[in-house]
Amino acid sequence: MLTKKSQSALVWIVLFVALACFPWLATWAGQDFYIGVVIRIMIFAIVASSLNLILGYGGMVSFGHAAFFGLGAYAASIAVVHGANNVWLVWTLAAVVGGISALAVGFVATRTRGAYFIMITLAMGQLFYFLFVGLRQYGGDDGLRMPTRPALGFGLDIASESVFYAVVLIWTFLMHLLLARLVRSRFGLALEAVRENESRMGAIGYSTRQYRVIAFAVAGVMAGVAGALLAMHNQFVSPKMLHWSQSGTLMIMVALGGMGRLHGGFLGAAVFLLLEEVLSSYFSYWHIFVGAILLLVVMVSPDGLAGLGRLFKRKAATPVDEGHAP
Amino acid sequence: MGTLLLEQTLNGLQFSVTLFLIAAGLTLVFGVMNFVNLAHGSLFMVGAYFAAWFAGMSGSFWIGLLCALPATALVGLVVEVLVLRRLYAKDHMVHVLATFALILIFNDLVRIVWGPLPLPLDLPSGLAGAIQLGPVPYSSFRLVIMLSGVLVGLLLWLLVTRTRMGMWVRAGANNREMAIAMGVNVKWLYTAVFTFGTVLSALAGVMLGPFVAVESGMGDGVLILAFVVVVIGGIGSVLGAAAGALIVGVVDTLGRTALPALLSAALPPTIATSLGSALGSMMIYLVMVVVLFWRPSGLFPANS
Repeated sequence: MLTKKSQSALVWIVLFVALACFPWLATWAGQDFYIGVVIRIMIFAIVASSLNLILGYGGMVSFGHAAFFGLGAYAASIAVVHGANNVWLVWTLAAVVGGISALAVGFVATRTRGAYFIMITLAMGQLFYFLFVGLRQYGGDDGLRMPTRPALGFGLDIASESVFYAVVLIWTFLMHLLLARLVRSRFGLALEAVRENESRMGAIGYSTRQYRVIAFAVAGVMAGVAGALLAMHNQFVSPKMLHWSQSGTLMIMVALGGMGRLHGGFLGAAVFLLLEEVLSSYFSYWHIFVGAILLLVVMVSPDGLAGLGRLFKRKAATPVDEGHAP
Repeated sequence: MGTLLLEQTLNGLQFSVTLFLIAAGLTLVFGVMNFVNLAHGSLFMVGAYFAAWFAGMSGSFWIGLLCALPATALVGLVVEVLVLRRLYAKDHMVHVLATFALILIFNDLVRIVWGPLPLPLDLPSGLAGAIQLGPVPYSSFRLVIMLSGVLVGLLLWLLVTRTRMGMWVRAGANNREMAIAMGVNVKWLYTAVFTFGTVLSALAGVMLGPFVAVESGMGDGVLILAFVVVVIGGIGSVLGAAAGALIVGVVDTLGRTALPALLSAALPPTIATSLGSALGSMMIYLVMVVVLFWRPSGLFPANS
């Protein structure tokens, strides 16, 4: 019998190998189109996981997460437009921009509580959205094209789809490794404890607000890098990427995948984007199905789709709740 | 410049009045049930659709208005009883997700029922002209909107502060457990408050309908503005909603029109228009951030 930890590691290794083999399989089957779909899933898995750190582990209902994602994308595109041709520089820039903006939003928003918190994160997200709508020299409403992907070095050509796929795959797993280490660290445990009982943690001597703000900054760095990757994938970015409904979509992903679960972001991004792919090819009004599924999930299973399975299991055995130790 | 400023200020005030109607329902639901309702904008949209539909069939704006209000109220009632009632006890995250799901459902539903194209909603024939207000001619329909909005606001204030129903509402907002212990039927009070908020939102939808396209998603932008109003004013406070609506309506309208003009005096024209329009749209959010940083529970907190 494997332990829980090695079981989870095994799942990750299998998933990594499967995803690494996928482009060959798709090309062999003549379905090259799906390589792009999987790239999108992996990029959104990074953003959804970063939101999960705030939402699930931090217990903060942040409604402006798309802003950090879009800021990373714009930072990358604007740098390339101005002649930056080194992908490491572009990634660093996107990470810094995402991190600093998230730090600022987190600093202001954590002064408030409850519904005020939701609204102030929403408002600050819209602030950045309108900033890019208004910036006409960077395309304004029409969006901004990234003329080329910046060079990767090592003699690899990042313009080729297979090299870019490999780059995104490695980023996705690095980010998940980071998240996994973070939530099991002292910091992660303290963050969860602050979510469960802030005043008690404050009384023990933790500066609780600091933990929340740092969670925001880390999530902002992750979202910023993911934004740069999406900008490189599409070679285009528009203000829509920062719109509040995009933040809502990211929340849907986390809710579907499971809040405060390590794999929640990954699972949610995959389920949502595949659902979108399938439904939109059959129905012109496919949002109504997404809405109905989401409504059903939040009303029946607060733990998302992963929790749905446990809902049935509960009748057989008492579940062990790993994420919410007393 | 002077007459333009006057006209824009009047437009801003008219916008404030419609925002107040939407925000009043939102703040009551927020304050009484502690429920974050993103679907409020969808009911605004449904109200406008019903009005355009009934007005199109009957040929009269007023019949459209009279039929749209009860029809939207019925939709709100059904949504409350079927879905929202089960969610009040859960946390804000569940509220946000469930009502976001309702937005997706409503936005597609109106397209399925009424088609993908916007519906026309014409101004009532008697009020299509303009009235001379000092030096400027001003749309008489906009004036009627302003007056009726102020009237509804006064009525609402009387209802909340002078009637038994209003007393229950205030009791529910201040201390839910105590209100239940004193014998208030909270379950149906919630339904009543929600339906009432729906009617106010639908009224705003009918009033704004002739100025904007009656189309799917028309409530989404307005919803965010209404939330800004509620949060600036303080959740649960009708007076706060009025103050917040005044601030947001005037700042937004003037910011969009006056700011580019002001900046062009100091900066080269290309930068001024670009920066001015960006700053103009960002103004109300900046105001909100400043207000919340300074007073984290808004200008008129209901529970203090």
